[in-house]
Amino acid sequence: MMATYTLKINGKVRQVNVDPATPMLWVLRDHLDLTGTKYGCGIAQCGACTIHLDGTAVRSCQLPVSVVGKQAVTTIEGLSMSAGAGNLHPVQQAWLDHDVAQCGYCQAGQIMSAASLLKTMAAADRTQPTDDDIDAAMSGNICRCGTYLRIKEAIKTAATKETPPRP
Amino acid sequence: MKTTKTTYDRRSFLKTSLLSGGGLMLSVSWLSSVKAADKLQTLNLPEPEQWAQLNGYVQITADNMVKLLCPNPEFGQNVMTSLPMMVAEELDVDWKNVVVEMGPHDNAKLGPQFTGGSNSVRMYWKPLREAGATARQLLREAAAQAWQVPIEDITTKAGVLHHASGKSATYGEMAAKAATLPVPKGVTLKSPKAFTIVRQSKRNVEGKKIVTGKPLFGLDYKPAGTLTAMIQHPPAFGMKLKAFNAAQALKMPGITGVFSLNLYEDGFEQGGFDTRTFNDLLVVVGKTTWEVMNARKKLVVQWEPAGDTTDTMAGRSGKRTVTVPGGLESTSSQLEKMAQYARQPAQQLRKDGDPETAFKNAAQVIERTYNAPFLAHNCMEPMNFFAHVTDEKALLVGPLQAPGWVEPTLSKLLNLPADKIDIQMTRMGGGFGRRAYGQYLYEAALISKKAKAPVKLIYTREDDMTYGIYRPMYTATYRAALDADKNLIAFHVKGGGIPEHPVHANRFPAGAIDNYLAEGWEIPSNVTIGAFRAPRSNFNAAAEQSFLDEVAEAMGKDPIAFRLELLKRAKEKPVGTNNEYDPDRYAGVLELVRDKANWGKPGHEQYSRGVAAYFCHNSYAAHVVDMVTRNGQPYVERVFSAMDCGIVVNPDAARNMVQGAVVDGIGNAFYGALTHKNGAPEQTNFDTYRMIRHNEAPTLVDVHFVENNLDPTGLGEPPFPPVFGAVANALYKNTGKRHYNQPFKPDQEKRTQG
Repeated sequence: MMATYTLKINGKVRQVNVDPATPMLWVLRDHLDLTGTKYGCGIAQCGACTIHLDGTAVRSCQLPVSVVGKQAVTTIEGLSMSAGAGNLHPVQQAWLDHDVAQCGYCQAGQIMSAASLLKTMAAADRTQPTDDDIDAAMSGNICRCGTYLRIKEAIKTAATKETPPRP
Repeated sequence: MKTTKTTYDRRSFLKTSLLSGGGLMLSVSWLSSVKAADKLQTLNLPEPEQWAQLNGYVQITADNMVKLLCPNPEFGQNVMTSLPMMVAEELDVDWKNVVVEMGPHDNAKLGPQFTGGSNSVRMYWKPLREAGATARQLLREAAAQAWQVPIEDITTKAGVLHHASGKSATYGEMAAKAATLPVPKGVTLKSPKAFTIVRQSKRNVEGKKIVTGKPLFGLDYKPAGTLTAMIQHPPAFGMKLKAFNAAQALKMPGITGVFSLNLYEDGFEQGGFDTRTFNDLLVVVGKTTWEVMNARKKLVVQWEPAGDTTDTMAGRSGKRTVTVPGGLESTSSQLEKMAQYARQPAQQLRKDGDPETAFKNAAQVIERTYNAPFLAHNCMEPMNFFAHVTDEKALLVGPLQAPGWVEPTLSKLLNLPADKIDIQMTRMGGGFGRRAYGQYLYEAALISKKAKAPVKLIYTREDDMTYGIYRPMYTATYRAALDADKNLIAFHVKGGGIPEHPVHANRFPAGAIDNYLAEGWEIPSNVTIGAFRAPRSNFNAAAEQSFLDEVAEAMGKDPIAFRLELLKRAKEKPVGTNNEYDPDRYAGVLELVRDKANWGKPGHEQYSRGVAAYFCHNSYAAHVVDMVTRNGQPYVERVFSAMDCGIVVNPDAARNMVQGAVVDGIGNAFYGALTHKNGAPEQTNFDTYRMIRHNEAPTLVDVHFVENNLDPTGLGEPPFPPVFGAVANALYKNTGKRHYNQPFKPDQEKRTQG
């Protein structure tokens, strides 16, 4: 029933021995001690568990470890890797500049969704996301504290800065 | 965890412990181990060998790093920043040298440590500034002795002591000596004019940890060797465990135990906040979350009606027994029962003048009834707690608003003295009142004791949403009597709820109307309830502020002008003596929001505008909501907000709080509802319980604070309630139809009103 998986997570190779159906959320949290990725609903309705698979935002609570394969997994702990040692990813920095967080629990997921949006925008040679772009990309991420306005501002700020190349 | 020595000797402990007996603030003897400071790591500074400890809140290193303890648990209201700002202000240090750490649970040394009731800043406003001023004075005294000069000649600036002779020293250089000096009695505090940190916006001290995913929250705390536990609670309120077969569940991988236990034994005396929904706990324990989740599905369980149950409560108001009725309730039957109770006589809460006669003689009576459903708190971090209980001691770590309230009950449940119980508070992924009820901590402790292992109890989202402790279900009927000249001559509110009524009898418009009657009634229920961001107020501000709008319209008056007239009356010739609000401050926020929104001025014709104001937690809030129709749906595009909460400690963070309250209010007004069928909640997760999302938030929430030098009053809750009323009033302008039943979105309204 258990199987061994070799995963590429935040630039490192990690091995886990788990049930193939185990969602990446719990692989990260319970097996790899990467607790920055949050549990909020378990049914892909809140976005707190958002991670990147080859740079694209996915809900890790609905992602069985068995389907990850060779795709690169990035979590909030690894998001800033591409920004160089000691630096934050522009989205993380913008979150600080706008002092976005209240309780902070959903923000890792919000940031991962936002970073994915900006990467997609850059790939399409569009620099500034519109409110509609942001709503479309972010409405799967619930913030119970209601920091949506600041998240929107922070995304716009981050978009004005050069997004570092993804790992 | 590295332990660092603190400068501490018996002499200083004795001196200061005498003082601490008289007040909660000036304790010197903070004995628990000092955690490695993250800020020092960030700055690549070595951990100091010694922190000189000046009082319960202030520690200073030889190289002038200042560690301030936050006494109150953090759930997003930003107290880990604002409370230390208050200490730093009087201590006079450079904010960038400040490290903030959450204090341990120690009510004797750190005060009440209760996060709730919009109380943190107002409760600690004086004590924390005194702590900072006291530490500063000790440092000045140390310098005075070292330099052989009078203390009056020693000044400070940003963590440095100065003397006119040119001598100077950092706080760090004098800290060790200062810690040995007697604590001064009575210190002078700065006048607001002199503030240099308070009233300056400071960023969240945990911001970087949040955006980089550091383990801050309760759910993140799981030391090696910790087992995961979940509780399978009954599928409906009014049910209990009859029997279970764990054979299949126990065969599942990773499962170490399946058992049942009771939260409270019969006749157990619960504390005042020991709300609990289900007493028989069916527990699955295993290695990992996923394994325990899967094993739960293999449980074979029989449930049965719980029947009437009796709780024995021994809260502040003394010992009492409460009978909780059995039965499986449905929203439709609850609504019928509320309508029936509403027609019956109720308890009189306040009466001024002769309302009966005034209504009898009225030329016009306006009567409207408002309803609102149960609401689930839906904190983004579901309830959870870590517990490691042995025969000798207990360690509990997790998200909790009120450690001081749970400790006495925990002590009785575990049969351990309080000094053997160590409760540590993590950052909370939201609270909103839910985490003032610590039954999940008791459950974790009892499970750990039974499993004889460190255990992490986790509620799934479904467990969390269907457990209860909801905002009560409310209704209120308002009546207004107008004479032939359309003067308001009488006002009547009769409110009820399951299981408590919402009426605040002594608040506006009480005091402004000659003939006034307030009544309340309550229906007991097995659906449990608890404080939810601005309890009672969050309904009243919807109902009363909608009703006042309708009365103003009937009188042919502008809604703001009408409220200001009432407030003028309440100020100049108040009716009754126990009116809770200050008419001037109430009027102040209405005037401010009127001016900032350009109310009544041209240029806003594209918007349906609604206004509402409310007073609670000693603060005043008013909003103007600008609504449009977007894709055929009402949408709140802009909001103007005015707050009077006295001195605003951290302005940008306070704006964030008000903006969040506005979004929260719009979301709950439009969508929030927890309904039942045969005792079972009909919403179990975010697919069925609709939360406000990015695309539904306004594009602008323009927040303004009344500037004054009054001591701070509440901030987290007060801006929330009037959002409901302002949305209701804008919705009337937008649709031409008054909405009396929450939530207001047509499909939602239908669902909750049958």
